[in-house]
Amino acid sequence: MSTVSSLPESVEVSREVRPAPPRYRNEIGKFAIHRSSLCAACGRCVETCRHGVHVRPEGYLHVMRPFDYRCIGPGCGETESYCIDACAHGALKLSANPVSETMGDRRWTPDLLLSTWAMAETGLPPGNHLESEVGASGGGFDRLRFRFPDSPPPGLRREDISTKLELNRRGDSRPRIAIDVPWYGGGMSFGSTNIRALLGKARVAKAFHGFTCTGEGGYPQRFIPYKDHVITQVATGLFGVREETIQRAPIVEFKYAQGAKPGLGGHLLGDKNTPSVAAMRETVQGVSLFSPFPFHSVYSVEDHRKHLDWIAHVNPRALLSAKVSTPADVDMVAVGIYYAGGHIVHLDGSYGGTGAAPNVAKKNIAMPIEYAIGRVHEFLAAEGIRDQVTVIASGGIRTPADVAKAIAMGADGCVIGTAELVALGCIRCTACESGRGCARGIATTDDELLEMVDIEWCTQRLVNLYAAWQRMLVDLLFRLGLDSVSALRGRTDLLTHLDYEHEA
Amino acid sequence: MPAKYAIHHKTAKPRFRPIGKLGIVDWREDCSSCHNCVKRDCVYRLYRDEADTLRDEAGYLDYIYQCKGCLNCVQNCTKNILTRVINPEFLRLGDGYYTPDLILSTWYQAETGKIPVSGAGYGGPFSGPGFDSMWTDMSEIVRPTRDGIHGREYISTGVDIGRKLPHLAFDDGRLKVDPPPLAETPLPVLFDRIPRHWNRGAVTALIASAAAEIGTLAVLDEADHRENEAAARGRAIPFLTAPHPETAQPGGAATLVMIPDGPDVLEAQAALKADHPGRIVAIRIPADPAAAGRVATLARDGADAIFMAFDRHGRENGSAHPRHMRDVLRDAHTTLVRQGIRDEVTLIASGGIAAAEHVAKAIICGADLVAIDVPLILALECRLCGECERGQACPIALEEIDAEFGVRRIVNLMAAWHSQLLEMLGAMGIREVRRLRGETGRCMFFEDLERDTFGRWFGKRKADA
Ligand code: SF4
Ligand code: SF4
Ligand code: SF4
Ligand code: SF4
Repeated sequence: MSTVSSLPESVEVSREVRPAPPRYRNEIGKFAIHRSSLCAACGRCVETCRHGVHVRPEGYLHVMRPFDYRCIGPGCGETESYCIDACAHGALKLSANPVSETMGDRRWTPDLLLSTWAMAETGLPPGNHLESEVGASGGGFDRLRFRFPDSPPPGLRREDISTKLELNRRGDSRPRIAIDVPWYGGGMSFGSTNIRALLGKARVAKAFHGFTCTGEGGYPQRFIPYKDHVITQVATGLFGVREETIQRAPIVEFKYAQGAKPGLGGHLLGDKNTPSVAAMRETVQGVSLFSPFPFHSVYSVEDHRKHLDWIAHVNPRALLSAKVSTPADVDMVAVGIYYAGGHIVHLDGSYGGTGAAPNVAKKNIAMPIEYAIGRVHEFLAAEGIRDQVTVIASGGIRTPADVAKAIAMGADGCVIGTAELVALGCIRCTACESGRGCARGIATTDDELLEMVDIEWCTQRLVNLYAAWQRMLVDLLFRLGLDSVSALRGRTDLLTHLDYEHEA
Repeated sequence: MPAKYAIHHKTAKPRFRPIGKLGIVDWREDCSSCHNCVKRDCVYRLYRDEADTLRDEAGYLDYIYQCKGCLNCVQNCTKNILTRVINPEFLRLGDGYYTPDLILSTWYQAETGKIPVSGAGYGGPFSGPGFDSMWTDMSEIVRPTRDGIHGREYISTGVDIGRKLPHLAFDDGRLKVDPPPLAETPLPVLFDRIPRHWNRGAVTALIASAAAEIGTLAVLDEADHRENEAAARGRAIPFLTAPHPETAQPGGAATLVMIPDGPDVLEAQAALKADHPGRIVAIRIPADPAAAGRVATLARDGADAIFMAFDRHGRENGSAHPRHMRDVLRDAHTTLVRQGIRDEVTLIASGGIAAAEHVAKAIICGADLVAIDVPLILALECRLCGECERGQACPIALEEIDAEFGVRRIVNLMAAWHSQLLEMLGAMGIREVRRLRGETGRCMFFEDLERDTFGRWFGKRKADA
């Protein structure tokens, strides 16, 4: 297991896709394959299956227990490589895996969880046996579809399609920063999430010239090797916000609110406030930490401007981002961010978030991101400032299809959070806050549970996820006939909604 | 500033094994007895606790359904023989409105008095009927906001019940009119009378005591009222279906009484007030399609408070296509506003208020306050199995419930609801719940958001969508 102290300061992170197998003995798939005692070890299945379900290691007599999570199910029966038919001894049985049916929820269906795991393992699109684009929430992204032209324009080549996203559009003296894919990693604080997962996030940010964010828990020293890819968050609790953490950051994010609990401050329950977390936040160990809401120094647009000015002076090279939730007047809020000097308007819709939040807030407060994006985009355009500011959407972005839909509705790019955790093995049991924290070693600060993942594995899973997403996004743009992701922005004409009588 | 209103909660462990959602079972029979059984490693100690229970024969069995579903044991098992299942008993709980999740959440709140908190974002449907097609607003930056439950500032959840004057008149700086009496409750949630099949053992008495403990009011049938006046400590509202023959004074000394609507209801109101100038009368009307008109008539003719009774799922009575409370309340509220008399009368909505968020949302739609019934019984561990209605034995022996325990459970539930109400008010930047009434501007409705975004891009929403 590698530790960061062994990594050099200028550590490079490869973007190469490499298999990152699941960390559990029995990975869960949609289907189960059972090999009975009728098996004669003839090896036909090993030769037949093209998905790596049946494996016989060199020099072994017996075939290994099936890696049935890779199985593509009954659809395989249409092909020549169906092990069930190939087995002359009738030893194989294919059935639905009862565990997968119990996983997830309406937003993250079993298929979305499984397809995210598949991408994180292989770096490839997950295959047609899984619904990898939409969930079953019954609204918003899950009811939006793209309208593809009959054939892409001649001469368009996948390798020429750009997924780059420019973050500084103000044309001021601050750096122009472009990221390779139109999304970056959201803030998860030290204290809420395993440091190894956080470092994996920082490393994938480095690999894709993108970003991750400290969240509100302060700036761990171990982030320093990746500092050019780490956003320092200034949240209402001001935990760990210091001159040097501001000066180190290429982007400083003001968290006014967050979608998971709009209108409420952050929560960190006492059990997670371990000695190291307490030290980072300059608080007392074991005490529950509730951040105030809102910033107690900001009660007006003028205050907001002063607030941004302060950081702009402490770090003259940083881009300024303001993360806000989605109230009824979200369009006005966005304009306010621009006039206060912000480069990035980060809208965090109400259905996302990874941290602990009161259920009442998750479900009921502020509007889903799907409604906010178009409002903000069109309002900024009407003000004549749309092209001077970058609009980032988050809060419920699960798939590259969601990213593309958000952009078609008017965002420039997205921030993702839960999808990264799912790639690391989160199953959305939502018990992140109980007892020692996440039983799967992700959202936890428990010494023993931390050991469940290592940094290299986290990095590779995320690199693979990003690679698969990028590939799927390029494919989508190709089918839409667009040569760049920026050409997709605001193209609501390419969308349709299954619940509307839209004429083609 | 008055002392901050707080409801004190104290853990009240359930008497019966709560019905859990998830469990782990062996689904293949080739356990290898490999001695590194992953069950030992459950971070929540479920298997160990189960084993301890089996040994001691104390506490509940079936720890298995307390599983949090992390899948560690399933995914680490040497022979892959474990699988996760959803407890069929869980799926049978409640109905489409009082869903299994809502019931579990109510039990949790009644046990702990705490707000249910979880990680990983929201996993439910995008929207739904009734209250699920509303999102409350929040203040980002510019409005002065409060701190919710952890704050230093005072958010009031108190409301008044009774007639209010359209305006005051002064004579030489002195108030010239006598303002009518008002009853105050520190929480905009009354306890409504419960159906007879739940009225067993100490139930009614403990509901009255719980109301008294937190300072709200409980509606009791008249006979129950006479019996439980002591428990209610002046915080009960007798429901007088007919003038009572034995007592010269119907309703005893109660300040607030409730009567059913009827042709002579205002005369009945006058009679009830004749000997009690300080008395407030609430008129209970069935919330049917004619309700908005009836509310307006009663309000104009001098009603103090109107209690609108919806069905158990918050829908209109007596309609083939019943509307949800959300729309009926908006209708009644705006009718009163248009006639310029909204502030003179108190509107109480009951039926279908199942969660803290429904309190805020019903008030936004135009109620001054709400009344609850089913959640009170859920707090007492009821499974909504309906056995009692069918005359069968109650699996949680409701008739034997200990009054003190029952009071704790209900007080805890209200503590959790109060905290959630504060969270929502704080997020909205509203410092008192009185100002939330009819404030649809602090809320977003599904159909408006759809029309203003998707409607502009994609035309008309399909009728059956
Ligand atoms: S094809 Fe059938 S008999 Fe042959 S190794 Fe596979 S399961 Fe066994
Ligand atoms: S506790 Fe569950 S939902 Fe939370 S991070 Fe871990 S696996 Fe995901
Ligand atoms: S799934 Fe997790 S919580 Fe449930 S019994 Fe297994 S290890 Fe324990
Ligand atoms: S648990 Fe069943 S029988 Fe008992 S009170 Fe509730 S509905 Fe009636």
